[in-house]
Amino acid sequence: MSAETVNAARFTETAFVRRKQRNEVVAKAVFLLMTLAMVLPLLLIVGFLVYKAWPALSVGFFLDLPRNGMREGGIWPAFLGTIYLVVISLVLAAPIGVMAAIYLNEYAKESWFTRIIHLAVINLAGVPSIVHALFGLGAFVLFAGLGRSVLAASLTLAVMTLPVIIASTKEALSAVPVSFREACWNMGVSRWQTIWRIVLPNSISGVLTGVILQVSRAAGETAPIMFTGVVFYRAVEKGDLFAYGLLDQCMALAMHLYTISTQVPGVPEAVPFATAVALLSVVLLLNAISIGMRIYLRTCKKW
Amino acid sequence: MVAQPSKLNVDSLTVWYGDKQVLNGISFDIKPNEIFSVIGPAQSGKTTLLRVINRTIDFTPNARVRGLVEVDGEDVAHVKDIYGFRRRIGMVAPLPVGLPLSIYDNVAFAPRSFGLSKREELDELVERCLTQAALWDEVKDRLNTLGTKLSGGQQQRLTIARALSHQPEILCLDEFSIAIDPVTTMKIEDVLKELRQDMTIILVTNLIQQARRLADRTMFLLNGDLIEVDDTEKMFSGVARNPKTNAFVAGTFG
Ligand SMILES: Nc1ncnc2c1ncn2[C@@H]1O[C@H](COP(=O)(O)OP(=O)(O)O)[C@@H](O)[C@H]1O
Ligand SMILES: [Mg+2]
Repeated sequence: MSAETVNAARFTETAFVRRKQRNEVVAKAVFLLMTLAMVLPLLLIVGFLVYKAWPALSVGFFLDLPRNGMREGGIWPAFLGTIYLVVISLVLAAPIGVMAAIYLNEYAKESWFTRIIHLAVINLAGVPSIVHALFGLGAFVLFAGLGRSVLAASLTLAVMTLPVIIASTKEALSAVPVSFREACWNMGVSRWQTIWRIVLPNSISGVLTGVILQVSRAAGETAPIMFTGVVFYRAVEKGDLFAYGLLDQCMALAMHLYTISTQVPGVPEAVPFATAVALLSVVLLLNAISIGMRIYLRTCKKW
Repeated sequence: MVAQPSKLNVDSLTVWYGDKQVLNGISFDIKPNEIFSVIGPAQSGKTTLLRVINRTIDFTPNARVRGLVEVDGEDVAHVKDIYGFRRRIGMVAPLPVGLPLSIYDNVAFAPRSFGLSKREELDELVERCLTQAALWDEVKDRLNTLGTKLSGGQQQRLTIARALSHQPEILCLDEFSIAIDPVTTMKIEDVLKELRQDMTIILVTNLIQQARRLADRTMFLLNGDLIEVDDTEKMFSGVARNPKTNAFVAGTFG
């Protein structure tokens, strides 16, 4: 056999090669299908919501007060309340959670103590929100004497989101290769400088993603806030940004949505859908802010 | 004759990881401006020795150290300013690590972290360190690109430049030439010969010839035991006292 025929033979398709190629095509198709299967419902839901909500949607809807037993008017007090709750719980939970995760991942030595903390974090992350609600009622509303208030509800949300923020932040930090840290330690760079210059800049996307996911979750939860500070109805000035004090009771979108869709008869169909769109837009707004922050942080990652 | 004070003095150094003993009471000393090589097969405790010297062994929770390690007569186990102390030791790890910073910042990182901020001084230092690491010519036009984007061999030289950036008194090189081509290796070896004017060099290598080319004295470690330490020429010319050394050097062992 000449060299050419050997080479020619090497490149003819055998059954094995054909099978491999077919598997490749099938695998790619399956994965693409799964991706579509994930995106499609999301698009459908959002499209459906906006379509149904369309008749009620307007700027006025966001800025107006509910009127006529919440059958007409807008959602301003609930919209504002959700923003208050989310922002305050974020301000409370994010720094504590991130710093705790930094301690656990970067400083704490492996010991029974840190193992117990770790176990507690994981278990707390799995506690149902209604349990957090009861805890918040006992701890903040009654024991701390905050009463049913914006602050008590925000604290409850913060406690609920904290363990997950810690866990996800820790995950993001530990994804930074140990070899980076070792290189810094070898040069006599302190732990804090290593964290500040190397670890955080290279994990900030993951950290922010974890935090924002929890904030979105806080925005959508009803149980933890309905015992601790949120009421069915509270009149405020139309469009007033500072309508609530920390110790006031407030309205919230998730709760409002629940109320008008189940408790109030005769609400026009578009109104609950429009409320849902508002809730969704709060979440999307927060996501947009986090994406903006990530892009900004990436541009100034250098010294 | 007055004994010359040693730069590094190690006495009965024993190290365990958990229950596993990896250095078995080794003792030796290194003179100032000496090039001292450590040879031995894998797993014999060479890297561990270096990590004890710059105290990064502290970061291994289950490691236990007993014995004395002195730099300039000062017990390293009790240094007060640990970060200041580590700066006196330059460490080049075997696997190249480019920090996710620009090439410039990779080298300027350590100096900045202890307060050097004048741009001209930094520029000069960065250029000098990169030149010494035989990397300057290749990167001088793109100092702003990420250090992680360099090839393996270039990153290894970047590591060397970083180790030099804090002007160490002792430079430890742990199998530094694994990822570097022979020509560049020779360039760096020439630089090491010059650097010895300013610093003491500990060269961990499994290239017998490299030790032979550079080192004044050589130590042979085997499974945590110090088999022999002597003038390099004696160690390598087949007349070492210990037959194991002769066998290892001849390549019939290890
Ligand atoms: N962090 C660690 N934990 C447990 N054992 C280790 C650790 N690092 C190294 N060892 C063990 O210590 C011994 C010596 O390793 P090392 O100092 O890296 O040797 P060398 O550098 O000569 O190859 C090896 O048996 C290795 O498995
Ligand atoms: Mg090693």
